[in-house]
Amino acid sequence: MRRYAPFIIVGLVAALAVGGGAIFYRKKLAANPTLRITKETSDSKETGHVLGPADAPVTLEEYGDFQCPPCGKLSEPINQLQKQHNLRVIFREFPLAMHAHAREAACAAEAAGLQGRFWQMHDLLFKEQQAWSNAPDVRGLFIAYAGMLQLDVEQFKRDIDSPAVVQTVQADQQRGAGLGVQTTPTIFLNNQAVPPDQLMADKFPGFVETAVKNAKPSS
Amino acid sequence: MAKDRTENSASTRSRGEIIFYIAAAIVALIGLTEATYLTVIFLSGETAVCGQSPDCFKVLGSSYAKIGWFPVSGLGMLAYFAVFTFAIFAAFGYAHARRFFSWTVLAMFAVTLWLLFVQAFRLHAFCRYCLFSAALIFLLTGLVVARPSSTQKTSQ
Repeated sequence: MRRYAPFIIVGLVAALAVGGGAIFYRKKLAANPTLRITKETSDSKETGHVLGPADAPVTLEEYGDFQCPPCGKLSEPINQLQKQHNLRVIFREFPLAMHAHAREAACAAEAAGLQGRFWQMHDLLFKEQQAWSNAPDVRGLFIAYAGMLQLDVEQFKRDIDSPAVVQTVQADQQRGAGLGVQTTPTIFLNNQAVPPDQLMADKFPGFVETAVKNAKPSS
Repeated sequence: MAKDRTENSASTRSRGEIIFYIAAAIVALIGLTEATYLTVIFLSGETAVCGQSPDCFKVLGSSYAKIGWFPVSGLGMLAYFAVFTFAIFAAFGYAHARRFFSWTVLAMFAVTLWLLFVQAFRLHAFCRYCLFSAALIFLLTGLVVARPSSTQKTSQ
C-alpha cells in the first residue's frame, strides 16, 4: 500500500485541481453570462445597445455617461431590475464635456461592442469608475480592461479611435439632445422621462417596480 | 520509478528530508490553488478579481498575461503541480524526483525573475496575485538552497 501512496496522493490532488477548477468555472460562467449582448436589430437605423426581449412590458432607455457618479450608482440596480422583471434596457452614450475621460470611455465601450462585449465593458467601466477617472494613463487602463475581457486588444486599439465608433457616440448624443437630454443619467421608462428626484439609487427600484405593475403586457 | 525507489529505500532518508519535501509540497499546493483560481478567472472573463486596482488590471490584462491564447497562470498551474508531484515522490524516496524537483523550482525561479522584470520595467505595475506567487517561488527556491545536508548526500 505504501508503494502506491505517492501515486494516490498525486492523483487525488490532480482530480481535485481539475474537478474543483471545472466546478468553479461553471459557477463563474453561470454568474457572469457572456452572451447577454444584443445589438439593436428592430430598427436598423437606431443605435444603442439592448438587453432583454423586444416585447417586454417596460422599456428602460438610459442616456448615460461612464464618468458620471450617479450613473455608476444606478448601474447595478438597473442590472438587478432587468434580471428581476425581464425589462428591455437600452443604453445610449451621452458623454458630458465636463468629464475629461467620458468620451474616451464611451468609445471604449463601443469598441468593445464591436467585438460583442459592450455590456461587459459597460459594467466594468461603471464598477471601476473611481479608479480610471483619476488615472494618469486612462487609455492604457481601457486597453487593460479589454485584455481582461478577452477582447482582441489590437483590434480594440484600432476601433477605439475609428470613425465608426466616434460617429456612434455622436449619433447617440445627437439623438439625446433632440429629446431634450441635458444631463446624465436621463432615463425614459416606456418613453416617459423619469423625474430627476426618482433617479437616486434608493428610490429608483421602487419607481421601476411601480411602472412594471402598472404596465400592460404589449401584444 | 519502482527501481528508482528501491535504490533509495526509506531507511536512507532522514526525518528532516521527509519534512523538507512535505513542506515543499504544501507550498506547491498553495501555489497550485492560486494558479487554478487565476486560470479559471481568466477563462471565464471575470473582472471582479482586480476590483479597484488599476495595477492588477494592467498586469492581468496585458499581453504578457498569456502566451497565444493560453494564460500564464495555466502554465503556473502545471508548474506547481509538477513541483507538488516531485516533492511527494521525493518524500517517498524516489531519487530522480529530487533532481526533477530542484530543476523545476529553479526554472520557475528564472521565469519569476522575468515576470518581475516585466512588471517593474515594462508594465510599471505590480499585481498582488503575481507577487504572492513570486513569494511562494522564492520560498521554494530558498528551500532548495537550504536543503538538509543529508538530502544532498543521498541525492548524489
